[in-house]
Amino acid sequence: MSVTVSIPTPLRSFTAGQDSIELAGDTVGQVLDGLMATHAGLKRHLLQDDGRLRNFVNLYLNDTDIRHLESTATPVRPGDVLTIVPSIAGGAPVTQTEPQLSHAEVLRYSRHLLLPEVGIGGQRKLKAARVLTIGAGGLGSPLSLYLAAAGVGTIGIVDFDAVDLTNLQRQIVHGTSTLGRPKLESAEARLADLNPNVRIEKHETRLSSQNAMEILREYDIVVDGTDNFPTRYLVNDACVLLGKPNVYGSIFRFEGQASVFYAKQGPCYRCLYSEPPPPGLVPSCAEGGVLGVLPGIIGSIQALETIKWIIGAGDSLIGRLVLFDALKLRFRELQLRKDPACPICGDTPSIHDLIDY
Amino acid sequence: MGSEVTLRLSDAMADEIRRHGELAYPAECCGVLAGRAGETKEVVRLVPMHNRRTDDPHRYLIAPDDLRRTISELRGCELEVLGYYHSHPDHPAAPSGFDTEHAWPWYSYIIVGVDRGRAAELASWVLEDDRSAMSRESLEVFSEV
Repeated sequence: MSVTVSIPTPLRSFTAGQDSIELAGDTVGQVLDGLMATHAGLKRHLLQDDGRLRNFVNLYLNDTDIRHLESTATPVRPGDVLTIVPSIAGGAPVTQTEPQLSHAEVLRYSRHLLLPEVGIGGQRKLKAARVLTIGAGGLGSPLSLYLAAAGVGTIGIVDFDAVDLTNLQRQIVHGTSTLGRPKLESAEARLADLNPNVRIEKHETRLSSQNAMEILREYDIVVDGTDNFPTRYLVNDACVLLGKPNVYGSIFRFEGQASVFYAKQGPCYRCLYSEPPPPGLVPSCAEGGVLGVLPGIIGSIQALETIKWIIGAGDSLIGRLVLFDALKLRFRELQLRKDPACPICGDTPSIHDLIDY
Repeated sequence: MGSEVTLRLSDAMADEIRRHGELAYPAECCGVLAGRAGETKEVVRLVPMHNRRTDDPHRYLIAPDDLRRTISELRGCELEVLGYYHSHPDHPAAPSGFDTEHAWPWYSYIIVGVDRGRAAELASWVLEDDRSAMSRESLEVFSEV
């Protein structure tokens, strides 16, 4: 009752030249153990130091990669063929331009460093990154807190407001002790306490067609936490013109949405809504109200997408709009398409400069 | 330790590897060295492969499914995989730590350095049995008449 293990050429010097070996076992793991027990030289080429399969070693049970089955626990039957298939990888030495991590930083980010998707490389990318957040309000609060905690090296914040008592129900980067102070100062103090390694760049101004290009140009990625349409269009247009990704989020009462607009790879905000609504048609949070937790959820999604973008992990929200309904506790997703007739990122754009609405 | 086997390939094939490296620049190219192994390893054919790593220009990956397909096609021609080639954009033709970490024994790994878009040195490497390093293998580029 045995399984045939097919040995690839590079490993045959460890099997006395045999290209296949018959072994008994109930699972892939047992067959492998048997193989390495009889041919010990194979072990260091198949397994990592921790005993797990090397990531460039692929095992196919008959025609299926065991990763799509139950991995090494996959049961085997007599007559099955287990084939070892190499993945071939390599590449030039990486010229590391990202800053090194100090011992204290390695400790601080240890739970990130454990994740293969982040690791030292990703953490150094975060340290090298320059992120601009527009607004230090409901969305900007969780966003800037998580970005700072995650170790984003430089966080720019644009805001010109002061902390008001009505903000504290949701704007958790501020506190009672900073009431009346500029939001930038209040946020800077809290973020510096959370992570003193982060550089905060304060832009105490209202974003306009006059200054937006100049401010956004200095950053790798822009996160829009604004609550009004003129700024949202300004941020979108400046990002399209500068070729930067725009991590979008918005909230109203019990509902929120998020996406990543990046005209080089997908739609922009104007592909959805080519022009802003007339002033006063859509109520703001101040007029319509908002549940305090909601910006925490949407702002955290924005922080997540920003971090994923920087470290290059996972699937981004480019081309997808996530809709969240807090009362039903339901997420929905809409596919977004780039509009060839989009006035700023379409085939024949009509907008070439920023507009103050 | 690595038995002293010479890898032989024609100058036309060496040029083909250089051209592939230049074409892929600033990203990396990769491909299979197919042929017959005996006293020497004779490369009979080059099979350019898809580089499945598109996220980082300093990496290459030949996926197992692609390789399985190529191996079975080669088997039909009574050829086997002798090794692989890839390029190092703006880096010398020497294996990186990442190359060594991912290398398989026995296979020949040809690396071509591509310096600002122009192919430079070309060298072949094999992994030591104890995985500690890759050592340079004797490479004979012969001219076809």
